Amino acid sequence: MPKGKREPISDRRKFIFNMARGVGVAALGGFVWSAYINEAKAQKLLLRPPGAIKEEDFLKTCIKCGLCVEACPYDTLVLAKPGVHKPLGTPYFIPRDIPCYMCTDIPCVPVCPSGALDLQSVVTDKKLDINKADMGVAVIDEESCIAFWGIQCDACYRACPLLGKAITIDYQKNERTGKHAFLRPVVHSDPCTGCGLCEHACVTQKAAIQIFPRELVQGKAGNHYIKGWDKEDDKRVKDAKAIKTTTEISKNSAIDSLNDSGDLY
Amino acid sequence: MKQFWSNNRFLILRRFTQISILFLYFGANAWGWWVLRGNLSSSVIVDFALVSDPYAVLQMLAAGATISLDLFIGAATITVFYFLIGGRAFCSWVCPINMVTDTANYLRRKFDFNRMQGPKMPISRNIRYWVLGLSLVVSAVMGMAAFEFVSPISMIHRGIIFGLGFGWASAVIIFLFDLFVLKDGWCGHICPLGGFYSLIGRFSVIRVFHKEENCTLCMKCKTVCPEHQVLYMIGKESLSVNDGACTNCARCIDVCDDDALGFSLRELAEKK
Repeated sequence: MPKGKREPISDRRKFIFNMARGVGVAALGGFVWSAYINEAKAQKLLLRPPGAIKEEDFLKTCIKCGLCVEACPYDTLVLAKPGVHKPLGTPYFIPRDIPCYMCTDIPCVPVCPSGALDLQSVVTDKKLDINKADMGVAVIDEESCIAFWGIQCDACYRACPLLGKAITIDYQKNERTGKHAFLRPVVHSDPCTGCGLCEHACVTQKAAIQIFPRELVQGKAGNHYIKGWDKEDDKRVKDAKAIKTTTEISKNSAIDSLNDSGDLY
Repeated sequence: MKQFWSNNRFLILRRFTQISILFLYFGANAWGWWVLRGNLSSSVIVDFALVSDPYAVLQMLAAGATISLDLFIGAATITVFYFLIGGRAFCSWVCPINMVTDTANYLRRKFDFNRMQGPKMPISRNIRYWVLGLSLVVSAVMGMAAFEFVSPISMIHRGIIFGLGFGWASAVIIFLFDLFVLKDGWCGHICPLGGFYSLIGRFSVIRVFHKEENCTLCMKCKTVCPEHQVLYMIGKESLSVNDGACTNCARCIDVCDDDALGFSLRELAEKK
């Protein structure tokens, strides 16, 4: 072969290179794409329409058509647009702006074509029941709630569509003045639907009662705690199976194991 | 005037269709119209039929979602329509991005960017099929419809109906990309939705037909065609354009002054 001239690259090598390049670019694109989606769907601070299935499944199932948004008579629901840092195109609402007004005919749910809003979850005895909706749960910040200061305010209590169930008023003597009462609002998380009418009604500059996704603020006691005073709950003790564990006791004496420190250091 | 009409009739019809569809969707959200509700992902036509984007449903399947019967039927309806009749007509008659890329392409021709760009970029038009495959893999891994999450088509379309946010930026990106970086860049190379409709639309009956005996080899058709490789038969053979990548935009029929191109049904064309 003449000097300075290199062997031509074989078609086979070119083919292998091109395949490798294709795979490489696809992997590059795939990872960037996945990373973006992973970041973008990590937003947990958002409230879904009534009847929404579990967030993880919701993100899979919602086709982002906006039919629920169009059905909402109060313009409560909006679709996430680029720039609001929420999973793009999915419906949500901000109760401080416009809360869910708990329509008894729930127009937003039956129009959902994908099943991301599950009609069965808001039906009792074959009748629509908006009170079964679970959009979130109200949380009170006792520091900024003026009722906790002793100023009389029951705006949230009056606004609550489940008045007396989801929010009750707790009366306490105001020791500071000696002649007034605290009328403190208390949220009961089980009946609370997370409609946000309380947050909307709250009179403080920034709402002292706010709706959060249930997952985000509620704890879980776990199965090993049982309310012994609650007959229903106490049944779990009777049904429970004991798990017996045995720990084998060392045959060596305790002294020996302490003195046997040959290779400890 | 007559000349103008015959040289632009399909372009005008397409713009009319694209804008009317957008307007009907917009009216549904803004003023409660009932003709076309929802958006291109899934819509209700005249309070009766539900239609859905089959590519979106395919991604949802890959993501492991349970597809409701409604969505399945809606997606099947659209698939059957484009499979039997429309071909890849979604891209040129419905998609709002088409107006963006057509404008970029028009400016490229106007300012002669194509000749200025020197050697052709070694970029394959098959990338869209890779993106299509990749979108399904990413959907499966991430557990959500991957392209729907980044699609500029949905962003713009949804944005016009429900509020735009920063969605306009995606149109600007595509416009600049098509204008300065790559001719027919988005629609002709990358968009997996276009790839999807290319695949399902290749057997449809509505086709552009070329009459070789009328052709004067002016090549105007190839200049305006966004998928010029599908017009390989120009001046060579009387054939119908059977490549799935043809969007049935009919711009070639518009610009042809010699009656060498026209729409035909596949069957009729083959019998002639």
